[in-house]
Amino acid sequence: MAKEGQWTDQNIEVIIGVMLRVGVLLAAAVVFGGALCYLVKYGHQPTDYRVFHGEPANLRSVTQTVRSAFQLECRGIMQFGLLLLILTPIARVAFSVVAFEKEKDRMYVIMTLIVLANLCYSLIGT
Amino acid sequence: MNLLVSSLLIWLVSAVAGFLGALTGLGGGVVLVPLLSLLFHVDIRYAVGASLVSVIATSSGAASAYVREGFSNIRIGMFLEIATTFGAIVGAFLAAKTPSQAIAIVFGLVLLFSAYYSFKTQHDHSDNRPPDRLATRLKLNGSFPGSKGVREYNVYHVPAGFSLMFGAGVLSGLLGIGSGAVKVLAMDQAMRIPFKVSTTTSNFMIGVTAAASAGVYLHRGYIDPGLAMPVMLGVLAGSLLGTRILVKAKVRRLRLVFAAVVVALGVEMIYHGITGRM
Repeated sequence: MAKEGQWTDQNIEVIIGVMLRVGVLLAAAVVFGGALCYLVKYGHQPTDYRVFHGEPANLRSVTQTVRSAFQLECRGIMQFGLLLLILTPIARVAFSVVAFEKEKDRMYVIMTLIVLANLCYSLIGT
Repeated sequence: MNLLVSSLLIWLVSAVAGFLGALTGLGGGVVLVPLLSLLFHVDIRYAVGASLVSVIATSSGAASAYVREGFSNIRIGMFLEIATTFGAIVGAFLAAKTPSQAIAIVFGLVLLFSAYYSFKTQHDHSDNRPPDRLATRLKLNGSFPGSKGVREYNVYHVPAGFSLMFGAGVLSGLLGIGSGAVKVLAMDQAMRIPFKVSTTTSNFMIGVTAAASAGVYLHRGYIDPGLAMPVMLGVLAGSLLGTRILVKAKVRRLRLVFAAVVVALGVEMIYHGITGRM
């Protein structure tokens, strides 16, 4: 098969499938790791989600979440795992930009960039 | 109840929801928010946040399997994701402005619709009409591996489908669900896309739609890791198991039971919304 021929819709679908699976499993593993730490440390404390307080600032943004995960805070690690989960479909869309570009499909490159812009706006811009 | 016990209970309930959701095709996400808020008395905003991230997990997990089978159409998916992601951002902003009671009522109505829609007969439209010009220009027409070789299909009513997808996105962002039922409605009923392609492409799109509101939720402080953790791990484990045994199981009666549960939760949500006990 010629090198250009490797970028068919079928091959792209296979790569996307692998990306999604790896992303979800990685995210689940990180969340699980954080959960062990969290439950060992705070498992005996009472819970109450009846009243909405909103999360503290260190778990509300991408940079703050990464920071608190690297400081090995249990809740930060779990939030970082959830962030990896949110990033999984975003990575899929980013990859699709490249894939459509390789297929020389200008119209779909633009459409995919619009979707990617929406996702980035939500994650960073709001 | 301490944190360890409540986390295990929430994990268990989420696993059952994910399992039944995958088996019956109704999706587990739609019952999570009512279960969390009615059973565990979780504030609806935390419940919606936890549900939304779990929806990303199940959608991406299932999509990774379907995408390889060649049923889902990545072009239809990407084109319609423009509408769903815009809608999802709008929905997530609306969530902050809408009183919990109103959210509960809308949620109840969506539950009732999902239950009703899961019983629609799954037959494909085989209108032998000439291809739609807009759909052709957007390269939406496709093919999939059918029982008698590769089957080609055409896509119609693109503007109607696109608008419905915007609505599906708004609901997803407002309620923290995948709104799979509305997505399938848009593709299957409006755009005349074969049922199998509609359901798998819908699944494929749900993760991206949910990710579009997840960012807004994160900044609003709706995503509590302590609550989202057991929900996400539970739903993921349940739905992976559910898809495994889906082929062997007889789901007709199970779907009936699960749909009854969904209807009951829907009525309960509407009741709680109207009486203001949310």
